[in-house]
Amino acid sequence: MQMVLEYAWLIPVFPLVGAILNGLLGKRLGKPFVSFVGVGTVAAAFAGAVATLLALRGTAGGVFTKDLFAWIPLGTPPGGGFSANFDAPVGYLIDPLSVVMVLVVTGVGLLIHLYSVGYMAHDPDYSRYFTYLNLFAASMLTLVMANNFLLMFVGWEGVGLCSYLLIGFWYEKESAAAAGKKAFLVNRVGDFGFVLGMLFLFSVFGTLRFTDINQSAQQFHQAGLLTTGMATLIALLLFVGATGKSAQLPLWVWLPDAMEGPTPVSALIHAATMVTAGVYMIARANALYALAPAASAVVALVGALTALFAATIALTQYDLKRVLAYSTISQLGLMFLAVGVGAYTAGIFHLMTHAFFKGLLFLAAGSVMHALGNKIDLREMGQLHRYLPATHRTFQIGWLAIAGFPLLAGWWSKDEILAGALHVQAHAWWASGPLLYGIGLVVTLLTAFYMSRAYYLAFHSNQRLDAHTEAHLHESPPVMTGPLWILAGLSAVAGIVLAGPVLLGRESLIGAYLHPVWEPARHILGHEAAHPPLPTLLGLMAVATAVALAGILAARRAYREPAFAAPEPAERRLGAWWRFFDQKWHIEQGYHALFVRGGTRLSDYLAGPVDQGSIDGAVNGIGRAVEVMGEGLRRLQGGYVRGYAFSVLIGVVVVMAYFVIR
Amino acid sequence: MSLPILTLLLIVPVLGAVVLGLFPRQSTGALKWGAVIVALVNFALSVVLWLRFNPAEPGMQFEENLPWIRALSFQMNYHLGVDGISLLLVVLTTLLMVLALLGSWGITDRVKEYVVTMLLLETGMLGVFLAADLFLFYVFWEAMLIPMYLLIGVWGGPNRIYAAIKFVLYTAVGSILMLVAIVALAWLHGQNTGVTAYDLDAVLPTRVPLAMQAWLFAAFALAFAIKVPLFPLHTWLPDAHVEAPTAGSVILAGVLLKMGTYGFLRFCLPLFPEATRAFAPLLAVLAIVGIIYGALVALVQSDVKKLVAYSSVSHLGFVVLGIFALNLQGLEGGLLQMVNHGISTGALFLLVGMIYERRHTRLIADYGGLWKQMPLFSAFFLIIALSSIALPFTNGFVGEFLILLGAFHANKAWAVFAALGMILSAAYMLWMFQRVFFGPLKNPANTGLADLNAREVATLVPLVILVFWIGITPRFFLNPVRPALQEVLLQYQSSPLSLSQAPAGARQPARPPLTRDRSLPVPAASAPRDARRALVLAHGEGALP
Repeated sequence: MQMVLEYAWLIPVFPLVGAILNGLLGKRLGKPFVSFVGVGTVAAAFAGAVATLLALRGTAGGVFTKDLFAWIPLGTPPGGGFSANFDAPVGYLIDPLSVVMVLVVTGVGLLIHLYSVGYMAHDPDYSRYFTYLNLFAASMLTLVMANNFLLMFVGWEGVGLCSYLLIGFWYEKESAAAAGKKAFLVNRVGDFGFVLGMLFLFSVFGTLRFTDINQSAQQFHQAGLLTTGMATLIALLLFVGATGKSAQLPLWVWLPDAMEGPTPVSALIHAATMVTAGVYMIARANALYALAPAASAVVALVGALTALFAATIALTQYDLKRVLAYSTISQLGLMFLAVGVGAYTAGIFHLMTHAFFKGLLFLAAGSVMHALGNKIDLREMGQLHRYLPATHRTFQIGWLAIAGFPLLAGWWSKDEILAGALHVQAHAWWASGPLLYGIGLVVTLLTAFYMSRAYYLAFHSNQRLDAHTEAHLHESPPVMTGPLWILAGLSAVAGIVLAGPVLLGRESLIGAYLHPVWEPARHILGHEAAHPPLPTLLGLMAVATAVALAGILAARRAYREPAFAAPEPAERRLGAWWRFFDQKWHIEQGYHALFVRGGTRLSDYLAGPVDQGSIDGAVNGIGRAVEVMGEGLRRLQGGYVRGYAFSVLIGVVVVMAYFVIR
Repeated sequence: MSLPILTLLLIVPVLGAVVLGLFPRQSTGALKWGAVIVALVNFALSVVLWLRFNPAEPGMQFEENLPWIRALSFQMNYHLGVDGISLLLVVLTTLLMVLALLGSWGITDRVKEYVVTMLLLETGMLGVFLAADLFLFYVFWEAMLIPMYLLIGVWGGPNRIYAAIKFVLYTAVGSILMLVAIVALAWLHGQNTGVTAYDLDAVLPTRVPLAMQAWLFAAFALAFAIKVPLFPLHTWLPDAHVEAPTAGSVILAGVLLKMGTYGFLRFCLPLFPEATRAFAPLLAVLAIVGIIYGALVALVQSDVKKLVAYSSVSHLGFVVLGIFALNLQGLEGGLLQMVNHGISTGALFLLVGMIYERRHTRLIADYGGLWKQMPLFSAFFLIIALSSIALPFTNGFVGEFLILLGAFHANKAWAVFAALGMILSAAYMLWMFQRVFFGPLKNPANTGLADLNAREVATLVPLVILVFWIGITPRFFLNPVRPALQEVLLQYQSSPLSLSQAPAGARQPARPPLTRDRSLPVPAASAPRDARRALVLAHGEGALP
C-alpha cells in the first residue's frame, strides 16, 4: 500500500497530461477524443484518490509526505532558520485533510466533467473547454496536495488562472471577458496578502512546510521567536489571500460576475472546489491560527458578516445563477465562521456537503438553462416541475439540503457550525458565541427563505414561459441527469452517514477521521474543540430546524401558488431595505469609483502631466537649453579675425590684471 | 592553448558581417537566412561555453588576456572572461539575436546593411559582457551604441530620428561621466602601485578612499541607471521602443537594458562597497517607485509597444531592487529576473512585431476579438503575458519571489511596496489582453488576418520552453550563478565601514586578501536568536528556561 502513496503525485499529473493532450491535439482529433481524455484523466485521478484513502489507513500516524524535487532555493533568512538552507520543494502531503479534499475535488470534478460532455456538446470550442477544465483540476489538486505554502501558491494562482480563462470562456461577450479579468485582479489583491504572509512566515520559521510550521509553532512561540503579534499578522495576511479566493468581505465582488462562465464551471470552480481553498488553507495552518486568537476571531466575524451580507443580496436576485452565487458566498462565510471559532471539522464537513448540494444546484440550474435556451431569469420561468421531472427532483433535494431540512446533508454540517459558534471561547465581545450564533441563525432563516423563493419561482408559481421556449422545452440527456442524481444522492445521505452517530452522543465519522489533523491547534489551545453535551446539541438542532422550516414555509406561502407579480411579496415587506440589498449595499459602486475610476485617473495624471510633462519635459528642456547656449556661443565664432583678436586682447588684459592684483 | 572561445564569440558575427557584405544586394532571402545561420553558430558556441563552464568556480573562466596598449606605466589589456554573472547574459544575447533576426522578415529596405548592423551589434553587446578590463568594457559599451543608433534611425518608425538622437545623447551623458570615473580609478591604482592599469584584476583590490567612492559610484551609477532605465531617467525608453523596428526592440529590452543592471553587479558592488551601502536605500526606493510608477503609466497607454516599454521600467525596477537588497536571494533573483525579462519582454516585442507586420498599427483600440481570428497567436501571447505577470511555474515568479524575499530581508517596507507591482502588472497586462484579444471581432480590417506561420512559431517556441524551464527548475540556471554572486557579496561584506564613519579623504589600508571561504559570515545580531532556535529544535520546548 505504501506504493500507492509513493505514486500519489500522479493524481494531479493525470489531468495535467489531459490538459496538454487536449490543448495540443484536441482540435485535430475531435470530440470523442477530447471527451475521453478530459473525463478519463479525472476518473484516473479519482481512482487514485480512492486508492490513497485506502492506503493511508495502513500508514503510521496517518501522514505521508514526499518531496519530488527541489524548486526554488530560498536560502536562510537573516535571523537564522529552521533549516540551514531551505529549498521550497515540489512535494506533496497526504493526510486525512488532503485526502478529504482530493476526494471532493476529483469526485465532484469527475461528475462535472461528465456533465460537461452533454452541456458543452454543441460548443465549437469544445476542446479548449476541456483543456481549461483539466488544467483546473490539476491546479486544484496541486493546491490541496502541496506540502508547503509556496507550492500551494502555485495551485492557488493556477486555479485563479483557470477561473479567469473559464469565466471568460465565451470571450466574444464583453461582459464575460471583463468578468474574467475582474476575478483575476481581485484575487491578485488577495494574493498580495498571501505572498507577504509567506515572506513573514519564512522569516520566522526558515521553512514553508506545513508539517514543520504546525509542529513547531508552539515551541517557537514559547521561545519568543514567534510573538503573538507576529502570529496574528501572518494569520491575517494569509486570511487576506483567503478572502480573495473565497470571495469574502471585502473582496467578494468578483464571484457574482463569475457567473458569466459556463454553468458547469460555476458548479465546479465557483461553488464546489476553488472558492473553498481559503477555508482549506486556514484549516491547514491551524496551529498558526490557534496562536493568533485575535486573527481567528476576525476570521469568524468576517465569515459571519459575509454570510449575512450575501444572504440578504441573494434574497433580491432574479438571475437563478446569481442567487446561487450569493448563496455560495454566504455558505463560504459559514465555513469561515466555523474555522474561525476553531470548529475545523465542522468547517471542512460543511465544505464537503456544500460541494455536493451546491454543485448539484448549479448543475440543475444548468439543466434548466439547457432546457430554456439559456434563459436564467426567474421571472421567465414557473411550473418547470411539469416539464423537467429529473431536474426538478434533484434540484428539490439540493434546495432542501441547503435550506437545512432535517437529515439532509446541509442540516448536519450547519448545525455543527452553529454549535461550534455558540460554544466558542470568545476572544472579544465582537466575536462572542451568542453574537456569532445569532448571526448564524439569521443566516439559516434567510437561506431557507431565499432558496425556497428561487425554487418556487422556478418550478411552481404560475407559468411565465414564452411560447417559443415552451415549445422547445426538453429534459437534459442522461449524461447530464446522471451526475445530478449522484449528487442528489450524496446531498441526501452524506450527512447521516458521516455525522449520524452524533445523534447518539458519539463522535461523527468525519470528526474521528479528521481528528488527528487538528492536533497542533488542540495542543496549543490545550482543549478539545467545543463539544456540547447531547441534550444541548439536540436543543440547538431543534431550534435550527424550526428556524429553517419557518423560512421554507414563509416562502412557500408567498411564492408557491400566487402568480408572480412585481413587486413581489418580500419586496413589498422590505421596502427600502430591498433596494439597499438589491444594490449590494452600494459596496461595488464604491469600489468602482475608488479603484477603477480613481486608478485610471491617477494613471492618466502620471502618464500625461508627470511623465510626458515634467520628467520628459525636463529632459527635452535640458536639450533645448544646450541648443540655446550653443546658439549663443556660435556668435563668438564669427570667423572674422578681428573678433578673435579682440577676444585675445580681453584675455591678455584679464590675465595681466590677475597678476597685477595678486 | 585551448580554443579562445570568447574571442570566437566576438569574431564570428564580424566575420559573418564581412561575408554577408559580399552577397548581392538583391538576394534578401539569402542575406536574412545567412545572418540567422551566423547567429545560430554563435548561439551554439555560447551553449558549448555553458556546457564547459565550471559551476563551482566563482571567478572568471575561459580567460584570455593579451596586452593591448602598453606605454611606460600605462596598461590596457584585451582581457576577456566569463563568470556566473555574465554566463547567462551571454547565452541570452546569442539566443535573442537568433530570434530577433528570425523576427526581421518584415524588413525590406536595405536588408544587407540591416543584417550587417545587427551582427556588429551582437559583437558589441557580447563584448560588454565579456570584457574584464575597464577600458575594453568602455570601448564595447560605446561601440554598441552605433549599430543601435542606426537600427532605430534607419529602420525605425516615423519619429525615428528624434528617438535615436535622444537615445544616444541620453546614454552618452552617463557614459562620459563613467569614462571619467574609469580613468580616475586607473589613476588611483597608478598612485598606489605605479602602474596605471585598467584591468579588472588589477583595479578590483584597489582600496578607493571613501570620499572619492561616493563620486565614482555616482558616476558609474548614473551611467547604469540611465541604461536600466531607473525612474526618473526612463523617458528615452518608450520613445526608442516605439520607433525601433521589432528586432531593435527585442534587443533593446532583452539585452541592452541588462547592461545597466549588469554594470551595477559587476562594478558598483565590488569596487565601491561603502558607497554601495550608503546609496542602496536611495536606489532601492527609486527602483520601487519605478515598479509602481511604470506599471501605473503602462495601464493607460494606448500603444501596445509603449505599454510593454513602461512595463519594462516596472520589471527592471524589480531587478535593481533585488541587487540593492544586497543579499544572496536578492542578487540571485535580480540576475534571474534579468534573464526572465529578456525572455518575456523579448517575446512580447516579437509578438507585437508579428501583428504589426500584418496590420501596421499598434494601437490597442484598432484590435479586439483577435482570439477568434488568430487562436495560435493568442495562445502564445497569453503564455508570455502570464510569465510577464509572474504566474507561478513560469520564469517570472521565481525571479520576483526571490527578489521580494531578498528585499524583505533588507527592509520589510520595500517588499510590501514592491509586491504591489504584482497586482498592477496583472492589471495592465490583462486589461490590454482583454481589449486586444477578447470581445467581438469588430474591426473589419482584422477579419482577414492570418495566424502564425511556421517561422514565427519557431521563433516563439524556444522562449515558451524557457518560460517553463526556468519556472519549474530554476536551480539549473541558478547553480552556475551562485558562486559568483557569493563572491560579490563576500567582497562587499569584507568592507564593514560606512561612508560616514571615516574622516573625509582618509586613505584606507589596503583591503585584506579575499578568503576563498564560501560561507558567508552570519550577522552577529542574530546569534542569540539562532542559539535559542537550535535549542528548541534539538530538545523541544522543555529545554528552554
